[in-house]
Amino acid sequence: MNTSYQYSYTNIEELLDILIEKGSVEKKLNAQSVDQQAPAAREPAPAATEQASPAAEQQHPTAIGRRQVQSSDLAFVTVAPEAARHLILDLRDRFGFTHLVLLTAVDYIEEGKFLLTYLLHNYELHHDIGVQVPIVRDSAETAGDRPAEADPDTAASMESIHDLWAQAGTYQRELKEMFGIDFPGSPRVDEPFILEGWDEVPPMRREFDTKQYSETTYFPRPGRSTNDPADYMRQKLYPKE
Amino acid sequence: MSTDINKEDTQTQGGQPSGDQQESIRQVVEAMGEYPGAADASDPQLFCEARPKVEKPFRGVFEKFLNWARANSLWVLGFGTGCGAIELRPLMTSRFDASRFGVAGRATPRQSSVFIIGGYASVKTLKRIVRSYEQMQNPKFVIALGSCTINGGMYWDSYNTINRIDQYIPVDVYITGCMPRPEAILAGFVKLQELIKAGRGEKANEYAEHFDWYKANQKKVIKDWDMPDYNW
Repeated sequence: MNTSYQYSYTNIEELLDILIEKGSVEKKLNAQSVDQQAPAAREPAPAATEQASPAAEQQHPTAIGRRQVQSSDLAFVTVAPEAARHLILDLRDRFGFTHLVLLTAVDYIEEGKFLLTYLLHNYELHHDIGVQVPIVRDSAETAGDRPAEADPDTAASMESIHDLWAQAGTYQRELKEMFGIDFPGSPRVDEPFILEGWDEVPPMRREFDTKQYSETTYFPRPGRSTNDPADYMRQKLYPKE
Repeated sequence: MSTDINKEDTQTQGGQPSGDQQESIRQVVEAMGEYPGAADASDPQLFCEARPKVEKPFRGVFEKFLNWARANSLWVLGFGTGCGAIELRPLMTSRFDASRFGVAGRATPRQSSVFIIGGYASVKTLKRIVRSYEQMQNPKFVIALGSCTINGGMYWDSYNTINRIDQYIPVDVYITGCMPRPEAILAGFVKLQELIKAGRGEKANEYAEHFDWYKANQKKVIKDWDMPDYNW
């Protein structure tokens, strides 16, 4: 086990415990003035303090909302947008999650938010952790505008991490083009990335009707028919019914 | 000793040409300007300022001879626009041996006479397709591969993939399939040869005839139109 990172852990549950308790651990570290290989970090958190109090969450910006362990090497945590960068930087520099696997977004239009997912990988333990960040989605009225013309106050926006991983800038350009999520300061984020001359709603947003757009723009050939697979197989297998 | 020679060489090769050399270069350039085949700035065909013209076929035996020659030297533009491009590779191998039909690949639009649209075409690719098609010289033919070029195929409701390629450039032969096998592509070439020999490979003239309609369709989907209207 590489001990160059401040926090060592062996399984993903322990990692989440450390992340949740990190505020108190850091306090303990500072109080005791111990070095970076503090064994306190490796101790499993006491069950009594597992639920971080709301006050502690407010004190420490890496307060984690929802935690979800999917398997022995994959977990997801949800954090507020203002805490995300701090947590990601911690995971990279203190927990060994040195690889940014992907950065993507999911459009929860009913809840009025985008869910950004930063998936990080630890090369020593081959663990993945997904940091999920819900950000406020701009309202449907302004979503019809082009991203560049949308009101910067209401447009969806997130802090850029292109200085942590250079390739994050490419993901952020793509998210700007496909979802209209702005990343101020990210290199070339306002330039078109894949699409040329796109002047509609960003195409991966849920309010963009891709079928309707295709029908009104691309000359559909008449006579196209589709078969429902269930119906088709029923007729094939039980033709008398 | 050898370094001295190199030094002399570089001295004579580098730098500005001497006065006599400049004079001779000027004479050559002037002589080229008087040559009848030299570029003339007033030639609209050369500088993309004119619409394409309908070139009426000759009559009788001579046109038949020309069509026979055209049908047996189908040179394909090496522009793989979709996944169908992967089916074109085996055509040239000994198993399928498209050279039997006079089919050969060519690198540039100016040298080729057949444009194979190899499957789905996004709007971004369509822009390049239009440019390449217009740069090809008459007579030119288009073969469209796969269901994507016919009705959009599995990309029929995509936001950036066109549904019918024949709305933007004229198509001589469609080959169905997703993707068609190399045998099917060979059958398509044979069909195209039949069409050409029968004098029905005149889609380039159709493009010139309905030029405004094609241009309007192209400009409807290519929003950032930053090329000349006539770019051959």
